Amino acid sequence: MRHIISLLMENEAGALSRVAGLFSARGYNIESLTVAPTEDETMSRMTIVTRGSDEVIEQITKQLNKLIDTVKVVDLSDGEHIERELMLVKVRAEGEWREEMKRMSDIFRGRIIDVTDKTYTIEMTGAGHKLDAFLEALDKSALLETVRTGASGIGRGERILKS
Amino acid sequence: MELTGAEITVRCLAEEGVEYVFGYPGGAVLNIYDEIYKQDKFKHVLVRHEQAAVHAADGYSRATGRTGVALVTSGPGATNAVTGIATAYMDSIPMVVISGQVPTPAIGMDAFQEVDTVGITRPCVKHNFLVKDIRELASTIKKAFYIASTGRPGPVLVDIPKDVTQFTTEYEYPKSISLRSYNPVTKGHTGQIKRAVQMLLNAKRPMIYAGGGVILSDAAKQLTELARLLGFPCTNTLMGLGGFPASDPLSVGMLGMHGTYEANMAVHHSDVLVAIGARFDDRVIGNPEHFYQEERQIIHIDIDPSSISKRVKVDVPIVGNVPEVLTEMIKLIKASKEKPDQAALKTWLTQIELWRSRDCLKYDRNSDIIKPQFVLEKLHEITGGDAFVTSDVGQHQMWAAQFYKFDKPRRWINSGGLGTMGFGLPAAMGVQLAHPEAMVACVTGEGSIQMNIQELATCKQFNIPIKIILLNNRYLGMVRQWQEFFYGERYAESYMDTLPDFVKLAEAYGHAGRRIDNPAEVEDALKWAFSAEMKDTLVFLDFRTDQTENVYPMIPGGKGLSEMILV
Ligand SMILES: Cc1cc2nc3c(=O)[nH]c(=O)nc-3n(C[C@H](O)[C@H](O)[C@H](O)COP(=O)(O)OP(=O)(O)OC[C@H]3O[C@@H](n4cnc5c(N)ncnc54)[C@H](O)[C@@H]3O)c2cc1C
Ligand SMILES: Cc1ncc(C[n+]2csc(CCOP(=O)(O)OP(=O)(O)O)c2C)c(N)n1
Ligand SMILES: [Mg+2]
Repeated sequence: MRHIISLLMENEAGALSRVAGLFSARGYNIESLTVAPTEDETMSRMTIVTRGSDEVIEQITKQLNKLIDTVKVVDLSDGEHIERELMLVKVRAEGEWREEMKRMSDIFRGRIIDVTDKTYTIEMTGAGHKLDAFLEALDKSALLETVRTGASGIGRGERILKS
Repeated sequence: MELTGAEITVRCLAEEGVEYVFGYPGGAVLNIYDEIYKQDKFKHVLVRHEQAAVHAADGYSRATGRTGVALVTSGPGATNAVTGIATAYMDSIPMVVISGQVPTPAIGMDAFQEVDTVGITRPCVKHNFLVKDIRELASTIKKAFYIASTGRPGPVLVDIPKDVTQFTTEYEYPKSISLRSYNPVTKGHTGQIKRAVQMLLNAKRPMIYAGGGVILSDAAKQLTELARLLGFPCTNTLMGLGGFPASDPLSVGMLGMHGTYEANMAVHHSDVLVAIGARFDDRVIGNPEHFYQEERQIIHIDIDPSSISKRVKVDVPIVGNVPEVLTEMIKLIKASKEKPDQAALKTWLTQIELWRSRDCLKYDRNSDIIKPQFVLEKLHEITGGDAFVTSDVGQHQMWAAQFYKFDKPRRWINSGGLGTMGFGLPAAMGVQLAHPEAMVACVTGEGSIQMNIQELATCKQFNIPIKIILLNNRYLGMVRQWQEFFYGERYAESYMDTLPDFVKLAEAYGHAGRRIDNPAEVEDALKWAFSAEMKDTLVFLDFRTDQTENVYPMIPGGKGLSEMILV
């Protein structure tokens, strides 16, 4: 099962490598990992997307909790949550592509943020599967480059992750 | 008052009440050594290899419960220390290792003797720090001791760049410390403890499985009280030996790969198994699929939540500190009107005695070659079971565990998790320094002892009169045994030709030694080693033992507890 895990860590040098090292040392799967400081600059927040059986996910959260720099861990998949990812896509925008790409971007609520004679760069946010769907829908020969941030997640409503 | 980083380091160690620092100097730590020279709060023990510094600090810690301290230089000093750190990590030993680092501006420049020590040690420490700002030095050392010794203990490394040891700052040692990201649980969940007690009171075939956590948390007293109160049998892991007295009739000895028949059978057939500070290691339970028993319920007490349900699913998890949880349980049991079903318990104990009568540790007592088991039985007899026994890794380690019946905790000191050959001699140094008046025996093999033999010089310099019990079978015996059983007797590289004359070697280092070829001489040699006359002398006994003796019982890899190979 796919899980999205959120953690708050002390904003210490090496915190990221402790997490990355933990996943590789114990052979856990890691689909994406995002990290940035929070409004409290002494802490950073990570979102990790991983896959595993219930037992493996239980070990992952326990092992993450065990890291001395970890302030808090939640498995967002345990409850209602929102997940967003940012993607930048560079596509061909010459001749007949130019209209088509604009239309596709609009349908998927993307924004064109850079324009040249030959290319568009489209910005798109959404849950991972929405971004996947956009890439699926595009003609492969028009696709020049993609870059994705990996998912960020947050609990719905009153579900708050704080130290 | 402003102090230099080196002065601060030394002051902090003194504040922590450190008695011994085991170390080896080098460029990056020269400022610290200069301050060590000027102080008299703690003693420094100059080892002959950094691995030994860490093992000695480790042995000191295991024998006392206090945090061991090692000090090494940057680069090769730090990499030499890694095996020692990993050894301590696997067995959850509280330790602080201070390593020198190149000056901060040189970090990342491939400077002379630079390695990424924090990066290299990250997977084998509880935590580590690189101190880049001298203002954080004192608080970091404080944190290091706090983290190392609380919760599930473990080694913590503090890497200090040379310039940080030179800079000065206002010094104040923090009195207490609290970390928002680190709050180990100690008290167990009351509801879970109640459930566990009820389960114990209802048990018909109960079994206590006690591990290293009992030793680490000094809970032998509570464990013994619990077992005796309920009249339940108890087995100990290799790391838990001495946590329950081996001479108690309720003791069935060690379980696991080389555990006793009665211990393994009893665990296999129990209906309620209570694991206390033990982690269901693969050497203990074998294959988890073979271990699984539909009708058996498991209670697991451990301070580290990640130890629970890692390899084996349990029914009642209790996260907490062993002595606190056991005290709570004992209180509830005493207050309860219920008692375990005495008839069922009697039948169960009778069954266990039947398994015990299989006499799984028997060996040929009439052999005219020295049997290693015999040496260990005699060692137990002559030391009155009161010695601290360290060991290396191999067959001799298993025989020591099986035949030296430990009645007290912290007496049995060995590397279980990492299985580090070369551990025994330096660990014994730490033990003897911690307990100058005690008898300290290092049980070793001719393979293992050569991995840190240079420490005989340290023993001479610091007057460390340990007794080395070499069970010399001229083989990497444990490897040989596996090759005999599982590799068609193809003894690939397990025979060591050209061994040194160990007696001469010991003498060359300034110690005494004796070679023993004959069973009739065993007792006399041991008596000599532990005599008043030799009290202040390191004695090296080279016992020429049976080359082909094997350790029994044995559970082959991938098998379960009831599938032992027996003699
Ligand atoms: C050649 C060889 C053969 C071996 N054969 C065997 C064998 O036959 N049988 C055997 O048992 N072992 C054997 N071992 C050792 C084995 O590899 C493991 O090291 C050992 O079994 C682990 O012991 P343990 O489960 O007691 O855990 P330890 O490694 O001692 O871990 C202690 C546990 O207690 C917990 N703990 C720590 N402090 C506390 C506290 N305050 N409160 C609560 N919990 C706490 C920890 O979180 C951890 O889970 C062998 C090793 C070697 C090298
Ligand atoms: C550093 C290290 N290298 C290799 C091993 C693998 N190993 C385990 S037991 C053993 C043989 C030990 O031989 P010896 O010290 O003579 O003890 P014996 O088994 O003969 O009693 C070896 C090589 C190990 N445990 N540690
Ligand atoms: Mg040998």
